[in-house]
Amino acid sequence: MSLSQQKLLLYGGLLIAGIVAPFVFPNYTFQITVLWVMILFALTWDILGGQMGYNSLGNIFFFGAGMYVCAIVQIGLYYDVGQYTASYGAVKVEFTSEQYYTGLFLGIAAAGLSSVVFAVIFGWVVFGLRGPYFAIGTLGFTLAAGELVGAWEYVGGGGGIALPVYPGEPDDRSLFFYTISFVLAISTFAFLRWLYSGRFGLAANAIRDDEEKAEGMGIHTMRYKTVGWAIAAFFLGMSGAVFGNMIGFIEPLEVAFPTVTFGIFMVIMCLLGGKGTLWGPVVGATLFHTFKEVTWTYLLGWQWVALGALIIILVVFFQQGIMGWAQDKWPERFGIAVERADTAEVADQEAAQ
Amino acid sequence: MTEMIEVRGVSKAFGGILANDTINLDVPEGRVTGLIGPNGSGKTTLFNSIVGYHPIDEGSIKFKGLEISDMHVQEIARLGLLRTFQQTRIYSKMNCVDNMLISVPHRTETYRTMFQEYPAELTEKAERLLEFVGLYSKRRLISGDLSFGQQKLLEFAMALMNEPKLLLLDEPTAGINPTLINGLIDRLQHAATELGVTLFVIEHNMPVIMNLADNIFCLSNGKLLAHGTPNEIKNDERVINAYLGAHFEAEDED
Amino acid sequence: MLDNISLLIQAPLLNVQLLLDGLFVGSIFALAAYGLALVWGVMNVKNLAQGDFVMMGGYIAWLLSTWGLHPIFGLPVAMVIMFGFGWVVYITIICRIINRDLFTSLLATFGLALVISQLLNLAFGPEVQVAISGFAINSFFDGMVTVANIKFIALVLASILAAMVVSFMKLSRMGQAIRATAQDPRAAKVMGIDTERIYAFTFALNAAICGAAGALISMIWVIQPFFGIAYSIRAFVIVTAAGLGNLPGVIIAGLGLGGAELYAGFVFGAELQQFTVVGLLVAVLVWRQIQQRRHRQAVQ
Repeated sequence: MSLSQQKLLLYGGLLIAGIVAPFVFPNYTFQITVLWVMILFALTWDILGGQMGYNSLGNIFFFGAGMYVCAIVQIGLYYDVGQYTASYGAVKVEFTSEQYYTGLFLGIAAAGLSSVVFAVIFGWVVFGLRGPYFAIGTLGFTLAAGELVGAWEYVGGGGGIALPVYPGEPDDRSLFFYTISFVLAISTFAFLRWLYSGRFGLAANAIRDDEEKAEGMGIHTMRYKTVGWAIAAFFLGMSGAVFGNMIGFIEPLEVAFPTVTFGIFMVIMCLLGGKGTLWGPVVGATLFHTFKEVTWTYLLGWQWVALGALIIILVVFFQQGIMGWAQDKWPERFGIAVERADTAEVADQEAAQ
Repeated sequence: MTEMIEVRGVSKAFGGILANDTINLDVPEGRVTGLIGPNGSGKTTLFNSIVGYHPIDEGSIKFKGLEISDMHVQEIARLGLLRTFQQTRIYSKMNCVDNMLISVPHRTETYRTMFQEYPAELTEKAERLLEFVGLYSKRRLISGDLSFGQQKLLEFAMALMNEPKLLLLDEPTAGINPTLINGLIDRLQHAATELGVTLFVIEHNMPVIMNLADNIFCLSNGKLLAHGTPNEIKNDERVINAYLGAHFEAEDED
Repeated sequence: MLDNISLLIQAPLLNVQLLLDGLFVGSIFALAAYGLALVWGVMNVKNLAQGDFVMMGGYIAWLLSTWGLHPIFGLPVAMVIMFGFGWVVYITIICRIINRDLFTSLLATFGLALVISQLLNLAFGPEVQVAISGFAINSFFDGMVTVANIKFIALVLASILAAMVVSFMKLSRMGQAIRATAQDPRAAKVMGIDTERIYAFTFALNAAICGAAGALISMIWVIQPFFGIAYSIRAFVIVTAAGLGNLPGVIIAGLGLGGAELYAGFVFGAELQQFTVVGLLVAVLVWRQIQQRRHRQAVQ
């Protein structure tokens, strides 16, 4: 079987597995949905972190921002948002089925687009910082955003905001959100696969390897950085919108902007799987999510300690991640080899024989 | 003959040290110009000033008549003014072909081309240039795994891929095995004559630069000491005193 | 918010209170920041667990106070324990990340911060704690301005400690060795300095400084397992604003941050006090970046 046939089989198999999973494991639908979200987290972080060498600790900002934008759109289309949050609990607010779906899909679209705008604005501010300053800067403004939103009464302040109730049965609801999350994750993967095959992939890697050299060769580094972050923001924003609706209730620091937890998990997942590769984040996310679910169930109380220890061990001993390790072990499979021909002519002749 | 680079009254100080002191020089188009001087005379500082690595304290630098002393590094590079580094800088985690492809001239890259693949002709051009420097068989290796000399050649090939009008070379023969130096010089000359790239070369290797350059500038202690053809420089008292010293006196006595 | 501002204008003595409190707290911030700058400058390790070291010191002092040892005496004990802890952390974790890329130290120390804060939480619970020092509270200006004696004592102790560390660095042989290693580790090694021991000592010294800062904080403010990250960020803000190796700058920035936080807490309300620290961080970074842009460089 040729390499491309193998790949096709792999993709097809995973696709089918993803489609049937909620039917085969109905009790785990929620966890698998979260898995797709984690995969999206890892893939989007890797655009800037792995491919470009800009370690952002603030990507979760777009997740939370998208969540809130979507909520504002969903509610705001039919009611006054300020009144809605103020009267929550006292008054039951109804949404018709049609209102729900319109609001939701418009909200998701708005979330994606607004996140792109945020990325462009913040990028302009923050891309002049390098290395640790960039990381701390992004961490800083995400923490700040969480605090600010928590003090903003219009969207419910620290109490959070309740989202419109899904018009249907609980089982249908789980399947509905599972499907959207699955589709988002697949779309992200497919889009990135296409993106990395073009010039963007090389430019991003050049920036990672030596940004000053890249500038000295005339590369429009700012463009690639901004576009990369905008793409990450786009998918993260939509994912946040969906996730908020799935949980049903948005709390600013716990659900929307969990900076110190999920914001950092993104990084760990990519480290574990292998930064700067397409499958690395996927593998890393899957392993990490499984590890997390297992420790939460069996190590309750100590799960965070286990997580912290995992982070230290990964960073100190296993930074190249699984894909990096595979590349070291089997370089030829990744196309790294010394060719026999010394010149193009000889190579052509050999190929023609 | 138009001047590629016009440096007028350029000074640059770092803290208390005046690295460049009112330098005036011209780099003519289509030739090879040399820049020599003892260690610490301000050669690399001048290069850095020209490519925009740091701002200059006073003076003006013109590239084909355009003032570049307040422009950013990328903008200057996109005009066709490139430099290579003494310590040799390449994209160490990418393979050689990719290093070459990313080095295409970026003045024509747009937001749309960002998402497109590189056409086959560019890959062929990259491979031809790699062949030119003798790295064809190693083109799929990760560039960081190459030897120092091979990396230097790769950096040079990448510079050529960018179709520069002017290439600043910072000690191109440093760290190269003497037997390989001739090969490098041949390639430099080929670039200058066949590919029409103007070269501005910092060198410590006297035989090399005397052979290669059409005219030479000599710096000493941040100031321009002398300039002229290789023969004139070789016989200039001031240069000999500042720099060549024992070297050439010993030779004359043979 | 506007009411609070008008209050400040109408009652100028309130400003004195806020400034004083800011001074007291800021001096401790400056201490923690100095330790961060030390480790950063000598080993190029950005210690995101700095704040958690501070919390550890605080909990040691607090725990001892519940066992009957007055926290003022708990301070040197905390310093000694934290010194040992810092040494152990160095030889197990930090020594492996010294020559790696910048992000590695951030992430590894973040993992450490996570472990420490969670262990503190498991051991002591999530309630805030204060180490009772039992000193009198003085009031001035008809009770408009109150200064707890312990705060003043803390300021004095912090200053003495800072002076001791600085003179140690300048005058002692170990201090000279540290500075030599910071400037050029390879040269230091060639001259016979055991750089590994220097690094371990520096990191342990930083932990001890944090321990002292924590003990002081436990007396004049509060400690809580998860407050650590806020202190780490404060330290980063101060070091970024002042620049490495600029001790007077660190002091001024530390005091300034203390004052700014207290003012913000008063004017905007307690909820936004956390935001001030982070907001200042972003502001400082942006300002640095604008500065660097003028030099055609990026903030490295």
